[in-house]
Amino acid sequence: MSLSQAVLNQDRLALSRLLTRVENDSEEGRTALNELFPHTGKAHLIGITGAPGTGKSTLVNQLALYYRKTDKRVAIVAVDPSSPFTGGAVLGDRVRMRDLSGDKSVFIRSMASRGSLGGLAQTTAAVVQVFDAAGFDVILIETVGAGQAEVDIARLAHTTLVVEAPGLGDDIQAIKAGILEIADVLVINKADRPGVENTERALRGMLELAHPAKRVFQHHGQQMVVEAAENSDSQNLIWFPVIKRITAKDGIGIDELGEAIENHVAFLREGGEWAARERDQLRATFDALIRETLFKHFLDDLSAEGYDEIISKMAARDISPWGAVESLLKGKES
Amino acid sequence: MVAGNIRVLVAKPGLDGHDRGAKVVARALRDAGMEVIYTGLRQTPEMIAEAALQEDVDVIGLSILSGAHMALVPRILELVKTNGQEGIKLFLGGIIPDDDIAPLKEMGVTGVYGPGASTEDIVTDIRAAMAETA
Repeated sequence: MSLSQAVLNQDRLALSRLLTRVENDSEEGRTALNELFPHTGKAHLIGITGAPGTGKSTLVNQLALYYRKTDKRVAIVAVDPSSPFTGGAVLGDRVRMRDLSGDKSVFIRSMASRGSLGGLAQTTAAVVQVFDAAGFDVILIETVGAGQAEVDIARLAHTTLVVEAPGLGDDIQAIKAGILEIADVLVINKADRPGVENTERALRGMLELAHPAKRVFQHHGQQMVVEAAENSDSQNLIWFPVIKRITAKDGIGIDELGEAIENHVAFLREGGEWAARERDQLRATFDALIRETLFKHFLDDLSAEGYDEIISKMAARDISPWGAVESLLKGKES
Repeated sequence: MVAGNIRVLVAKPGLDGHDRGAKVVARALRDAGMEVIYTGLRQTPEMIAEAALQEDVDVIGLSILSGAHMALVPRILELVKTNGQEGIKLFLGGIIPDDDIAPLKEMGVTGVYGPGASTEDIVTDIRAAMAETA
């Protein structure tokens, strides 16, 4: 039986082994991805991102428990950074997820970023596809601890949660502009800590700047602002990011957060945004594959010496990188 | 078979709460270019075998200081085998009496390391064990 068939039959060891093949981008992995593709497109992909130490893993643990209450099968892909020097990694997200061990309907896979800079590994999207085909209903994707620019997750996930915590500083608005834009739901974790009001105010202020068109209430109290934000979803125009306070370590606020995520799913489905996001994802995958395949295709015909020779010519200013590419392309055509 | 990085599960089974050694080893393996999945304290054999299955690791590294190794190790080896992962190499560190080392190796433990063992030796031994299976 092929590996992909075994995965479709819910063989967990086969699933695990296939994930390794896919992560290593092996021939076998690609063949299986090709076979599994018709079975994908069913899962709800939820991205969880935020700065290191804001409680992403703890939140993922709680969300998995939340979805297990409704008997959904949950897969977790947790990405941690690889060392830029040795390629090694310590993947520690499982430490926060021990509540989930012993439940065969939860599958946790740790991934090292392996040099990728967008907050995910190169093959995270493919790994997620395997889980999707294997019949997991919800796939939680936890990025590396993110700063400003790690926004790849928004392209992969249907719903993106950005996790914040009190005490990260007053300059939060300036620093977090990039990552705030991708949030469908903003989660303020550690809400039992002092300063949570300030964090919420800062985030709310930032959201108003990012979505000025949808801002109706400018200077009202918190309660009214929350209402205004959530009412706007039912109009099906633009999704206005929701802010939710939680204390993940005690499981406080998780049900409300889960509801906000369900609202977002409903919004995506009703407005046709779900299909649009799917197309974006497929386009990104397709583009990346074309780029990579053509790159390999051209280099295949070039010996290592030939390649070195071109570089030497460039160093001697005999040929420019642009000219070299052009002659390479011409060589291919003839 | 190991085309990508060597993947190692570092776990502390049993009830003792000293994970300094496990962390030092995890760090050393990271610096040797391995991908280390660290699971933390107080893991049951079932939790360790399940994590090894989900993560498709090549190596399990256990740290046991409580003296319970003769009970915990065979159970973990058995569960890993039941899961179909006979190929996993098991390394053990901690306080292990000399007399226990031979029986542990008999059971299928690849390497045993006590206080003062060098992390370089551990790295070398793991690499050697991986080269053997490749």
